[in-house]
Amino acid sequence: MSKDSSIQHMMSYKQLALVLISLLILTGVTVGVSYVHMGIFNVPIALGIACFKVSLVLLFFMHLKYESIAIKVSFLSTVGFLAIMISFTFWDVAYR
Amino acid sequence: MSDVKSFFDTPAPAHLTGIKAWLLTHDHKRLAIMYLWAVMFWFTVAIILGLLIRIELMSIGPTIMGAKLYNSAFTLHGVIMIFLFIIPAIPAIFGNFILPIQLGADDVFFPRLNLLSWYLYMLGGLLAIVSLFTGGGFPDTGWTFYVPFSVTTNHSVPLTLTAAFILGMSSMLTGLNFITTVHRMRVKEMGWMQIPLFTWSLYATGWVQLLATPVISITLLLVIFERAFGIGLFDPDKGGDPVLYQHLFWMYSHPVVYVMILPGMGIISEVIPTFSRKAIFGYKAIVWSSMGIAVAGSLVWAHHMYTSGISDTAVFIFSLLTYLVAIPTAIKVFSWVATLYKASIEMTPPLLYALIFIYLFTVGGLTGLVIGAAGTNIHVHDTQFIVAHFHFTMFGGAGFAFFAGLHFWWPKMFGVMYNIKKAYIAATLITVGFMFHYVPMFVLGMMGMPRRYFDYLPQFAQGNALAGIGGIIMVIGLLLMLYNLVMSLREKVVAPENPWGGVTLEWSVPSPPPVHNFVTAPSVKDYPYDFSEVLKKAAQS
Repeated sequence: MSKDSSIQHMMSYKQLALVLISLLILTGVTVGVSYVHMGIFNVPIALGIACFKVSLVLLFFMHLKYESIAIKVSFLSTVGFLAIMISFTFWDVAYR
Repeated sequence: MSDVKSFFDTPAPAHLTGIKAWLLTHDHKRLAIMYLWAVMFWFTVAIILGLLIRIELMSIGPTIMGAKLYNSAFTLHGVIMIFLFIIPAIPAIFGNFILPIQLGADDVFFPRLNLLSWYLYMLGGLLAIVSLFTGGGFPDTGWTFYVPFSVTTNHSVPLTLTAAFILGMSSMLTGLNFITTVHRMRVKEMGWMQIPLFTWSLYATGWVQLLATPVISITLLLVIFERAFGIGLFDPDKGGDPVLYQHLFWMYSHPVVYVMILPGMGIISEVIPTFSRKAIFGYKAIVWSSMGIAVAGSLVWAHHMYTSGISDTAVFIFSLLTYLVAIPTAIKVFSWVATLYKASIEMTPPLLYALIFIYLFTVGGLTGLVIGAAGTNIHVHDTQFIVAHFHFTMFGGAGFAFFAGLHFWWPKMFGVMYNIKKAYIAATLITVGFMFHYVPMFVLGMMGMPRRYFDYLPQFAQGNALAGIGGIIMVIGLLLMLYNLVMSLREKVVAPENPWGGVTLEWSVPSPPPVHNFVTAPSVKDYPYDFSEVLKKAAQS
């Protein structure tokens, strides 16, 4: 059982503001790169930025960074599971 | 019954009285009882529908219903049995009642969410009834709602899909509650390897419920949108893919098979050591096999789609993965049998059901290998063989495990004992009826009789007649079982606190338990299946 279940981590306004500014800048970058033609890299780059933004939200706004190992493992398992489900379906389509 | 005031006499929250004490309760035990009656109602409805289907098939041509009504009858039988009986039955009834007690807790982690889950279950059931009498008539798609038929049929599909969506939400919240309860509510002294196996199985199931259910929820919504707006997600003319629906559907609906069977396996893992008076063989192996089944079982969904036009590579990969699931499953079966070996076995109705479970589930599992292999699958796909296999695993497996649990924990839940002799007679009738009902379907399937067909060729007549007779015997047995249990509430033969000599924590509390479960602080054993004290007491008496 988690020993620190009752302890809540509080983030300062400064930290929260920094994350928010990073997210806004990255939104600007997403819009910016959409005007640059990079061939097959268009989608991976856009997805990469989006993943980075999601990670910031999860880690700081949703406190994942400060959670116990059980919560982190649970979350990563869920992402892993989703990745498997999507990739298996895509493999079927790719090899048809 | 015990001197301690039971939860039946103590509302939670305390200020509630009368019907409100039930409808607004936070007590996991009251909710379990409420689930019990609701689930048993749906079970009875679905059994009657199943019986009507088999009576119709007993002779060639229409007898008691026409083709359209037949389509609706098997759809309703499937939808009710899957979504309203077998998915919620064990977790919602026994999970709710037993899991917190096995962990030494006084309730689940989110009692209000637990109540919400019950309301969602009831709402889903209500919508399923409403869907029968609105729109273009009874849903007729089968429980799989395959596109393009489910998108084009004018029968009442959207409301049934909404019902399934809501029922999925109920199931997911129950899973979430159990996972959190296991992590946060178990007594301090209880380490992971001291958790009873029934609770372990519910923990594994909770993860499957939590991860897989959102997929079906989204998929069902997509079908509703598709019907409403014609987006073309599953329509090749608009760039869609009908096989995508099948992928999405089975991503949930195969793992959900393990939502049905894993808790059943948990019950068997409790019943067998209790009546063997012996520590269960391979406790850790059973724990890890539960988790293994949950993981591996979630990665085999496309074995339902070998003939749907998926790639050969996908068929190969999914066939291989399917065979992997057999390993953790076999670990469990061997462990149960090894537990029984050289044990001082005491025969009781729960043990009888558990033994029948092992036999029927093994047949179901082995016939699963026939259809898990791509080559043989193509021969029997969509035939009566599949129906027989499915019912051997789900009814012979999860169903019989549910009956075992019902007879095992009934004295704990109500503080009364049922008539043992009648329980044996009912178990025998159900099993004999079961065999006559489903074994002919294996043969019919091998002969080529398709599933879901309203009529058939003369060469299938004998098998269908036999299956019908078996079905009638089975239903008589089921009715006797239900009658026996219900009558025990009237006859009120008092059951002691621990009628079976069980060693997990639920057997240390009064029958029925008080509202906060424990009269004295729960004492956790180093090993959850240590029968030394039970054997000592037996030797003294």
